[in-house]
Amino acid sequence: MKTTIRVGLSTCGLAAGARATYDALAGQIQREQLPITLQRTGCLGACHREPLVEVIDAGGCSLYGPVTPAETGALLARHLTASPGPATPEWTVSQRTDRSDYPFLGRQVKVTTQLCGVIDPHSLDDYLAHDGYRALRQALQMSPEAILQAVTDSHLRGRGGAGFPTGLKWSIGRKQPGQRKFIICNADEGDPGAFMDRTMIEGDPHRVLEGMLIAARAIGARTGYIYIRAEYPLAVKALHEAIAQARAYGVVGKNILGSGMDFEFVIKEGAGAFVCGEETALMRSIEGYRGMPTMRPPYPAESGLWGAPTNINNVETYASVPSILLNGPGWFAGMGTVASGGKSGGTKAFALAGAIRNSGLVEIPIGLSLREMIYDIGGGCRDGRAFKAVQLGGPSGGCIPESLLDTPVDYENLRATGAIMGSGGMIVVDETTCMVDIARYFLTFTQDESCGKCVPCRVGTRKMLNTLTRITRGQASQADVDRLLSLCETVHTASLCGLGQTAPNPVLTTLRYFGDEYRAHVEEHRCPAGSCGM
Amino acid sequence: MASDKSDPLRKYVYRGDPLAEPPPPELSAIFTRHRGAPDALITVLEDIQRQYGYLGQNHLQYLARQLNFPLARVYGVVTFYNLFRLDPPGKHQIRVCRGTACHVNHSAAILSHLENALGIGVDETTPDGEFTLQTVACVGACSLAPVLVVDEHTYGRMTPDAAWRTLTALDEREAAA
Repeated sequence: MKTTIRVGLSTCGLAAGARATYDALAGQIQREQLPITLQRTGCLGACHREPLVEVIDAGGCSLYGPVTPAETGALLARHLTASPGPATPEWTVSQRTDRSDYPFLGRQVKVTTQLCGVIDPHSLDDYLAHDGYRALRQALQMSPEAILQAVTDSHLRGRGGAGFPTGLKWSIGRKQPGQRKFIICNADEGDPGAFMDRTMIEGDPHRVLEGMLIAARAIGARTGYIYIRAEYPLAVKALHEAIAQARAYGVVGKNILGSGMDFEFVIKEGAGAFVCGEETALMRSIEGYRGMPTMRPPYPAESGLWGAPTNINNVETYASVPSILLNGPGWFAGMGTVASGGKSGGTKAFALAGAIRNSGLVEIPIGLSLREMIYDIGGGCRDGRAFKAVQLGGPSGGCIPESLLDTPVDYENLRATGAIMGSGGMIVVDETTCMVDIARYFLTFTQDESCGKCVPCRVGTRKMLNTLTRITRGQASQADVDRLLSLCETVHTASLCGLGQTAPNPVLTTLRYFGDEYRAHVEEHRCPAGSCGM
Repeated sequence: MASDKSDPLRKYVYRGDPLAEPPPPELSAIFTRHRGAPDALITVLEDIQRQYGYLGQNHLQYLARQLNFPLARVYGVVTFYNLFRLDPPGKHQIRVCRGTACHVNHSAAILSHLENALGIGVDETTPDGEFTLQTVACVGACSLAPVLVVDEHTYGRMTPDAAWRTLTALDEREAAA
């Protein structure tokens, strides 16, 4: 068996210096004419050990990281000599194919990210060798109704955060009259602290395209827009390349694989406006206007892009679809909470980051507890510090304290805590961070990103931010905190779109679970975490 | 004429059509690519900014006239999106990530250190035209927080000192080259 070495060259890997490691390996392999296939891949998810190098040979599959260029020689020697050195280098991550010695990967269940870090994202052949476009071929043999039924039975729900049942959404799209329908992939991953979409697109772009093609087949759309952040240059490039390959292969354009179906992709690069993650704002932006939300109804399914019926889903939602068709809806539903009376099937990817030891992209079956995610997979807090809270859902989400860590990760249970599932950002906060400051941080963000169209959001977020700033400076009274609370209520109820309606969440959850920190700031003019500098 | 400069009203004097000359060829090429696509405004602006590094006043005027957009709408779109800039950037663009993971790993300290060291604020350029300092909402490299992006390169696990060293190393590399 020929040895294969894979190096992750996603944004995270490159930032950690993976290019130099790759070049060092490539140089030595070429110089010494070594019988090794060197492969560039996306991100395996274990970003905290980047640059990651995976070696697959007769002995199985070993993972190393961080591997600096200076260590590549030792790594090659270890796998090329008949008897590898006795000592395991300290940069060894895992030496078992099933990763049971490395819980960060061993405990995960990968569906949408199964090929990230495994295949070369620039190679269509690699994707095809891993069942690529087999689900599309299957879908082209099925009636649209059968596809809708399969997606409905899988209990797949919108992975952008709201959790609307995907099968139902697609059925509504299918029922709309007219020939002109659009589908949109929302890759405007604007939540700070979230990088699921980036990892998926950089690591396995064809999967997203395949999911969109299946959706187009089910709904009857002929054009699909991918709205992606310009801040993700590598992902944009990967998509352009993948679409060109898919066209040459015959799954994009006229008469796809001889089925009579036509489909075209259009990539639209976002220009850095958080509110464009909101679906009506996103469509305005695609049309070439300021990305300001509009009232719903009408919902995009009835009247979306240029007034035509439009189906919008998140990257991860589309990426889940090929596996559902290949393995059956029962398999997908079986991974979630359906068996235990819940409503969600499948897995969800999270971007685990912040003050956590093992940060990276984590995909888990829905229903796993937060505690298992943070301690078993994430390894707990960094530098031996004490855990304080976990923040889910970015600026629209909330902070969950230690006492609620046994909450299962699903849409309903997380909403009950005041946080949300969100698109998948999960930031761990340790004792050195002040929770009032966290609330202020998110309000700074939402205030800055408020589009200004409706008064509750435009003025309300500004007032909330001013109050929070005064609290962190020790200049506020209890009356201010009470006013803040009632302001939260107004902004939540009266704002036009999701940005404003959810903007109070970081404040409300920190007030509910960390009220004593607010009291310390207000009554004693001190910051318990010592970070507000009073 | 010296009197021109001293008279503030002089600048409003009509001096002929500022767009009498045809646009430069690289700008024309962008317009040709997108002519007749009413949804292309943002894409056109992105292309122009990629070409010149910023959106100049006459670029926008040419755009409005050539592609038939009201100048007010063009300006409205430009000022709505964070990506667009109306001033030429410095030779190097420094972006400090202000994502959540970077925030809890103290990226604010990096930002204020660079502000002090460079003597400029956010969205400003050093007088010598070397550096433009910006913030970015999140670059999605959260596992390496706090993150600094200099031009196309992302640097992870930064500290205020390391960030400054990264910039000075840039200068030295150029001096050596």
